[in-house]
This record gives sequence, C-alpha cells and structure tokens, in this order.
Amino acid sequence: MSENTEKKQGFFSKLIVENPVFGLYLGICSALAITTSLNNAIGMGVAVIFVLVLSNIFVSLVRNITPNDIHIPVYIVIIATLVTIVKMLIQAYTPSLYTALGAFIDLIVVNCIILGRAEAFASCNSVGASAKDGLMMGISYTLSILAMSFIRQLLGTGSLSLSNPFNNVTLFDVRLIPQGFEIPFFTTQTGAFLTFAILAAAVTAYKNHLDEVAKKGEEK
Amino acid sequence: MNLLTLFLSALLINNIILAKFLGMCPFMGVSSKVEPAIGMGAAVIFVVTGASILSWLLFYLVLKPLGLEYMELICFILLIAAFVQFVEMFVKKMSPSLYKQLGIYLPLITTNCAVLYAAQENISQGYNFIEMIINSVGIAAGFMLMLVIFATIRERLQGNDIPKAFRGNPIAFIIAAIMAIAFSALAGLV
Repeated sequence: MSENTEKKQGFFSKLIVENPVFGLYLGICSALAITTSLNNAIGMGVAVIFVLVLSNIFVSLVRNITPNDIHIPVYIVIIATLVTIVKMLIQAYTPSLYTALGAFIDLIVVNCIILGRAEAFASCNSVGASAKDGLMMGISYTLSILAMSFIRQLLGTGSLSLSNPFNNVTLFDVRLIPQGFEIPFFTTQTGAFLTFAILAAAVTAYKNHLDEVAKKGEEK
Repeated sequence: MNLLTLFLSALLINNIILAKFLGMCPFMGVSSKVEPAIGMGAAVIFVVTGASILSWLLFYLVLKPLGLEYMELICFILLIAAFVQFVEMFVKKMSPSLYKQLGIYLPLITTNCAVLYAAQENISQGYNFIEMIINSVGIAAGFMLMLVIFATIRERLQGNDIPKAFRGNPIAFIIAAIMAIAFSALAGLV
C-alpha cells in the first residue's frame, strides 16, 4: 500500500471512529433536532464550523493569560460572543434559516463539541493547530448531521431539495420516492431517534471491526 | 393561561427530551442506573428553577430598561455558569452529605442545554413571574421523569442479548424512539 492511500484511509477511519456525534456522543441535541432537511443541516454546520474555528483560535490566543480557576467562564464568554455574532448574521442575511433553526442557534453555546474542543485541545495547543482541529471537528460534525438529514429528508418527504438561503431560490429538488410512498414518520422525533440509533450502531460496528482486525494482526 | 395546562404541556407534551431533544448529553451519560438518575434529576430541577428566576429578573430589571436585549445570550450563560458554581460551593459548605450525592452532577449541568433553553423560553414566550416558575418546574420535572423512566428500562436491559453493535448508547436511542411514539399520543391531552 502506498503511503498516500494509507494516509487517506487514516483520514477516513478517523472521520468515522473519532466522529464527535456518533463516536463520542457530543452535540447530539442539535443533531437530532434540526436534521429534518439538508438546508438546515448545512446552515447549522456552517454556523458550528465558524464558531468552532474562531473559538479555538481565541481560546488558544488567551490560553497563557487565563487564570486556571476561571477558565471555563472565560471560554464560555468567548463562545457566547461568537454565537451572538453568528445569530445576528443569520437573522440579517438568511431569515428563512433563522426561523427554521430557531432556538438551536443560541444553543450552539452549550454544544458540548465546542466547549469540549476548547478545553481539551485549544487550551494547550498553538493557534495554528487549534484552528486546524476546529476545522476538522466542524467538518466531521457537519458531515454527520448531513448524513442524518439525508436519510430523514429522503425517507420522510420522498425528495431531496436544497435552496439558496440568501434568496430562497431552489437549487435542486429531486423526487426519488413517488408520492404516497414516503414515510412521514422519519421527519418526526421518533424518526430522529431511530435514524440516530442506526447510524451510531453502524459506527460502533465499524469500530468493532477495526478492533478485530487489529487483534488478528497482533496474533499473527 | 391556565397554569395546570402550562405545567402539563411543559412536563409531557413538550417534553424537553422527547419533543425538544435538549439535554441529551447528560441524559445519555447518567441514565444507566436509577439512583444517580434521581440525584441528577433533583439537581436539574433546582438549577433550572433557580437559573430561570434569576435570568428572568436580570432580563426585566436590567437588560430591558437599558435596551440591551441582544446581550441576552452572553448574560444568561454567564449567569447560569456562576449560579451553578455558587450552588456547588454552597451545598459543599452547608451539607456535605448532599454534596456527595449531587456534587458530581452539578458541574455537568452548566452544559445542559435544558437550563439555557428554559431561561430563554420564559423570555421569548413573555411569561409573567408565576407562569415562568410553573414552566421552569415543568420543564425540569419532565427531564427528571424521563431520566428515571429511562434508567429503569436500561437497568432491565443489562444482561440481555443485544446485538454487539447496538450495545450501550445505540440501544438507548432505540428505546427513546419507542418512548417518543408513546409520548406523541399525549399531544391531544391539552
């Protein structure tokens, strides 16, 4: 195996095994609630990437001057400020997204992924590395909620659609399941839990598979 | 608005976990045994109610007269973090035995989205003081109810023959899905 493909496979399995949503069970609230359409998932994903990258950068910048006793409040204020900025931007430029995501924009503040990365990574690493970590985590969060919303929108409404949030022009709208054969159940809460359970089980199964492969390698 | 209706809808119909998907992280973390579930539930009821009262007062007495409504999020989250820290210190000093039972759950509550959600919901719905308290207690009691029911089911699951990939959290989400069906039937109650 050439080094390049090995690296690629490493990235892929890292994306699955160290996935913040299905692997570590962080940030599940928003992953369950807003994944009814691809539009919501992309909007939420972009907002989270923005906050995560910037909060990691700022936390990393102040890491040496923050007294240890009050580091959590300091991080929370940084994150809350960034979320307020994002909320105002979304409200001003993409009002349709603002109504669709609702309270969940505010709740990015308490998304465990963001505080978790600030605490576990950005507080003890350089600015560049923290920014990269934030981007990686944000992208894998976005891919996870995209996978959720892909399944839920496809099975629940029978079609996949995406529109430009800035002017509400439909970019594409393909019906893959004929009318009357869709399963609206998947857009409800129950469908959210079920989709999540199955995806999480798939990730666990992949992890178990990797462990077994590693064990076999050792035995040889 | 009828206060009983408000309480029931916060407790059952708009249940914080099954209908709003909030507070999932601590929910999955501590719902595997009944006893810690009760402790966590009690701590959440206390913190949600206390934080809601404080943030309601802060909003109507400070932020609104000064025209600083856009600072709501930053102020509320700081208030919640400070309140949790304060409660932790207070309980530690006053009742070491209670601290032993609740202590480990208190820091977890800061990142429980239910607290922030309750505080913001009270403001955005324009509740008055009494409605605000009823709504907050309803939300938190709904969290505790789910936590205890869930823990009871998960205790029974131990030792059952669950497919390997579903062990742990995935099966808990399947249970949540089934419970969501049951609770959706309550929607016509109010």
